[in-house]
Amino acid sequence: MILLAFLLQTIRIAIPYLLAAAGGVMSERVGVIALGLEGMMLGGAFGAVLGSYYGGSAWIGLVCAVAVGLFVASLLALCTLRFRADQVVVGIAINLLVIGATRFFLRLAFDSASNSPRVDGFGGEGSGLGVMASFSNPLVLLGLLSLPALWWLLWRTPFGLRARAVGEKPEAAATLGVHVGALRLRGVLLCGVLASLGGAYLALDQHQFTDSMTAGRGFIALAAVIFGRWMPLRVAAACLFFAAAETLQIQLQGIQLVPSQFVELIPYVLTIVALAGVVGKSVPPAALGKVE
Amino acid sequence: MSTATNTPPMAVRMSQVSKRFGAVQANRDVTLEVASGEIHALVGENGAGKSTLMHLLSGLSTPSGGRIEVLGRDVTGWDTNAAIDAGVGMVHQHFMLVPTLTVAENLVLGREPTRGLLLDDARAVADVRALAERTGLRVDPTRLVAALSVGEAQRVEILKVLYRGARILILDEPTAVLSPPEVEELWTVLRGLRAQGDTIIIITHKLDEVVAISDAITVMRDGRNIARFATADTTPRDIARAMVGRDVVLAFDIKHAAAVSSRVRTDGPAALAVRDLSVHGDRGTLVIDQLSFSVEPGEIFGIAGVEGNGQTELLDVLAGLRRAETGSVHIDGQDVSLLSVRARSDAGLSHIPEDRHRRGLVLDYSVSENLLLGRQHHFASSIGTMDQDKIARHAELQVKMFDIRPPDVSLSARALSGGNQQKVVIAREMGRAFTVLLAAQPTRGVDVGAIEFIHAQLRAARDAGKGVLLVSADLAEVLALSDRIAVMYEGQFVCVLPSSECNAEHLGPYMTGAARAVAT
Amino acid sequence: MSASASPRTDGWLMRAAQAMLAPVLAVAVAMVVGDLLILTYGESPATVYHLLLEGTWGNWYGFGQVLYKTMTLTCTGLAFAYAGRAGLFNVGAEGQLAAGGFAAALLGLWLPAATPAVLAILLCVAAAMAAGGAAGAVPGVLRARFGASEVIVTIMLNFVLLAMLNYAVASHLSVPETLHTESMRSGFVPRLGGTFAVFAGSAANWTIVIAVAAAVFAWWKLFRTRSGYELRAVGLQPDAAEYGGIPVPRTWIRAMVWSGAFAGLGGINFVLGYKHYYEEGFAAGSGFLGIAVALVGRNHPIGIVISALLFATLSQGGLAVNALVPKQLVDILQAVVILAVATAVPEVQRLLRKSAAALMPRASLEAGT
Repeated sequence: MILLAFLLQTIRIAIPYLLAAAGGVMSERVGVIALGLEGMMLGGAFGAVLGSYYGGSAWIGLVCAVAVGLFVASLLALCTLRFRADQVVVGIAINLLVIGATRFFLRLAFDSASNSPRVDGFGGEGSGLGVMASFSNPLVLLGLLSLPALWWLLWRTPFGLRARAVGEKPEAAATLGVHVGALRLRGVLLCGVLASLGGAYLALDQHQFTDSMTAGRGFIALAAVIFGRWMPLRVAAACLFFAAAETLQIQLQGIQLVPSQFVELIPYVLTIVALAGVVGKSVPPAALGKVE
Repeated sequence: MSTATNTPPMAVRMSQVSKRFGAVQANRDVTLEVASGEIHALVGENGAGKSTLMHLLSGLSTPSGGRIEVLGRDVTGWDTNAAIDAGVGMVHQHFMLVPTLTVAENLVLGREPTRGLLLDDARAVADVRALAERTGLRVDPTRLVAALSVGEAQRVEILKVLYRGARILILDEPTAVLSPPEVEELWTVLRGLRAQGDTIIIITHKLDEVVAISDAITVMRDGRNIARFATADTTPRDIARAMVGRDVVLAFDIKHAAAVSSRVRTDGPAALAVRDLSVHGDRGTLVIDQLSFSVEPGEIFGIAGVEGNGQTELLDVLAGLRRAETGSVHIDGQDVSLLSVRARSDAGLSHIPEDRHRRGLVLDYSVSENLLLGRQHHFASSIGTMDQDKIARHAELQVKMFDIRPPDVSLSARALSGGNQQKVVIAREMGRAFTVLLAAQPTRGVDVGAIEFIHAQLRAARDAGKGVLLVSADLAEVLALSDRIAVMYEGQFVCVLPSSECNAEHLGPYMTGAARAVAT
Repeated sequence: MSASASPRTDGWLMRAAQAMLAPVLAVAVAMVVGDLLILTYGESPATVYHLLLEGTWGNWYGFGQVLYKTMTLTCTGLAFAYAGRAGLFNVGAEGQLAAGGFAAALLGLWLPAATPAVLAILLCVAAAMAAGGAAGAVPGVLRARFGASEVIVTIMLNFVLLAMLNYAVASHLSVPETLHTESMRSGFVPRLGGTFAVFAGSAANWTIVIAVAAAVFAWWKLFRTRSGYELRAVGLQPDAAEYGGIPVPRTWIRAMVWSGAFAGLGGINFVLGYKHYYEEGFAAGSGFLGIAVALVGRNHPIGIVISALLFATLSQGGLAVNALVPKQLVDILQAVVILAVATAVPEVQRLLRKSAAALMPRASLEAGT
């Protein structure tokens, strides 16, 4: 019973990670650094609340979330692919932009500096076994399926084969008639959609938008991408592992085996360790960050 | 012997084809005829315009003038996809493979067999396997390209072209990275393709290969086609003569050759002594094999040879930029084998690197800053401050002495012409005390005036008792300057001779691996 | 005389003008975006911009606040630029800044109150720089030794450092009911208000002089010393640097240590000059904003001081206009400036190079191939 509750809680925490990390894998696999995940998630969260509030339905919220995600991703693609601006700088700027913009429009739309009014989500929250009901939320299913589906897309379809080739050796793909720029654009846009859905889940689950509510989750998703070595199923496992650690920390709050701050650090520390290659080096796609 | 040439239209007919890149005329009025079902060798020195010509044929670029026909059809100015559709495919000098994908995935990329939405992996593997079987280019379709040997990767490149239905194959220096047995295998495959009626154009500058594999030969020089031979009716000597050109025999005169013995000092330690040097290349293969030689004070020791035979690695090792497996390097009697770049420089080594844009200059640094690269520790005080006055004086002096134009030391190196950029490098390396100079491709890409100037500088250094190691792909240059000449082929010196005994015809066979006279 | 002197001056002016082109364009783009946002809010851009200037440069208090913010941004801007000159991205100024502030606060707490002021300040400054430098050394070593991307490592390290500092403060060092440490006993840097009465009430303090000195030092180090010469060569062309006998990995580590030290120095503004304790999140955002500062300042220390002043003005101006439009407007503008500079710099460079090539046809470089 406790185990089931633990599992459900873990999944609930993991959904935004899974969706955003799927976006991260997609983007980095085509060679574009996914530093903008945080911003895309936050934009998605805001879009979801805006749509739900004014449209009166969580589904309209989802549509708005995706629209915002696509807008943010297009901006990133415009700067990095069309104008070949540095991907690191653009990624960071996108995050700052979305933080500022959501605050601005929070005041504009809801006249508040901190949070939106309550919106209806997809329903089905609660504690203990009540959490079961959250599976009526379509985003839960989508989140659980996102990385397996991405694996299927990348390893079982022509699009995926080309995407992997473009992220690894674009000039080779180009000599075979693959349109590198168009493929990268699609990868980045898909990343925007997935990450914004991750943000939408977060906001709808909490029934409101609060300032900077993603709180670094985009970077945890990025950590999962790196720790999972850009392989969708490993990345999914990394997301679930990070979420499980968080759940454990929440459930053991009274006991204090380790200070809770240190549990939060697990994803970041593991990522640094993975990059340093202490145990099996994490090697990114060869063309990551390079647009010639 | 040679296959049918009488009936059908030529597989390829290029007439009066020209290609210009900005100020450079890479091809001028080239005529090339390749019969169906023949293996045609396109030979010539580096920069003769062979690759450019083939890029025009394969649709990678469009000609500035002339006409290209394939199987009787005018295809002038087509693009890659049109060329592929018409059965013309090119295997590039540098591998264009995605290392993280399997062989089959690399082959089908861009033309994937599908089953519904899905990639039909099984069919891709089966197709590739069948193709490999049929052509004798055996390689396991399910292996990752990263795990392949160079020879296997080469086969995948050829398969890639065949998979797209090519009947006219262009191979650009296909053996550059292959070992001798792998080369033999490649020949077997190419003969098999010819037997099936395919046409093959092979770019090379190795004459033994030309003789071994081709039916006909077109020789290019300076962007033009110089001669066409039927392989059966010619000799390597004729081909070499056409490649190098009679007229370059040559600017060196007997008088100065005779003066050699008196100028070269062999009493003291050698300026540069190399013993039993073995070096691994970037791909892990042995690129320099037990090499020993010395450069005496007052001597220019020239290394001739086709590029890619270990010259780059040799220079890197001598300069301290790459580690040797075995062997030692001495400068003026001092063992520098374990010293850093900087310590070697202080021990009397100067180095004009072969690629001045990558190594020799920091292009966004000013002329005065570039004039102290590698010597910066001699311009700094004990707390690390650079002595601006000293830098300025030094720069002004060098600019004057080496006639660098425009004489403005604050200009960035990027803004100078090629010749003046090279003069900056030369001023830095030769405008100071040194014992031995490594001069790699010292006149590449510079104008005629600068070439003369640079040659005079090298001779002056020699006359001043310095040891000069000259490495150049320009045989005429090596012949004109050197006291002794070594020909480097596959990591070894295949001959070392006084330059008075050398001329282009003589060295050609050594350079192309057709002859070998092992000297000490 | 004039024959050789005039092209040099032209060259210097031209270069400065070219360097300014992209940032000026970027600021113009940001202004347009700002106008649009202000209009969506139903206000007049002219009124808002007027208010913004009035609240910053129009009165001494506002200007003092601008100076206060300039200090931190100068330091984080220098941090990004210094690593950038070596070809590295230090995205970890957030963490390094906090580490610097923390170290200075702890030392100030630990030093006896009787410590001579100058000595105490020097020690605290050194502590801040050392802590920042240590935080910068980690990604530097990982990059040099293992090839680990310094971008990712610095980002991840931000979270690690901030969490660890927060833990240390929250569980061991804080004054009850607060998120800050106890007040230091020594190492105070006086406020500007103490000397110039007009600044009274503002947070501006004399650490601004230390920041400007740091910029001068960075300029000297980059452009007047051998290590700076080597560092820039590594950043521009690692292969040429290697040829010039410069150990590239070691240069990366050194660059990251100094970069971290500059960021750490920024911590003294709040700690020594303003509140005299370390507080959780005391300069949140300044690290990332340093990237913007460095970009607009074109990685040049002098440019960075000016650009820090610009971004500090925007930050402070946001507060001034808050009554009319949300102060978050300036967050957006700052991000737009970064995007626009990052986009405009390569584009402008391509254009300049193209026009230079058209004006001055050169002997073509490598023939063939």
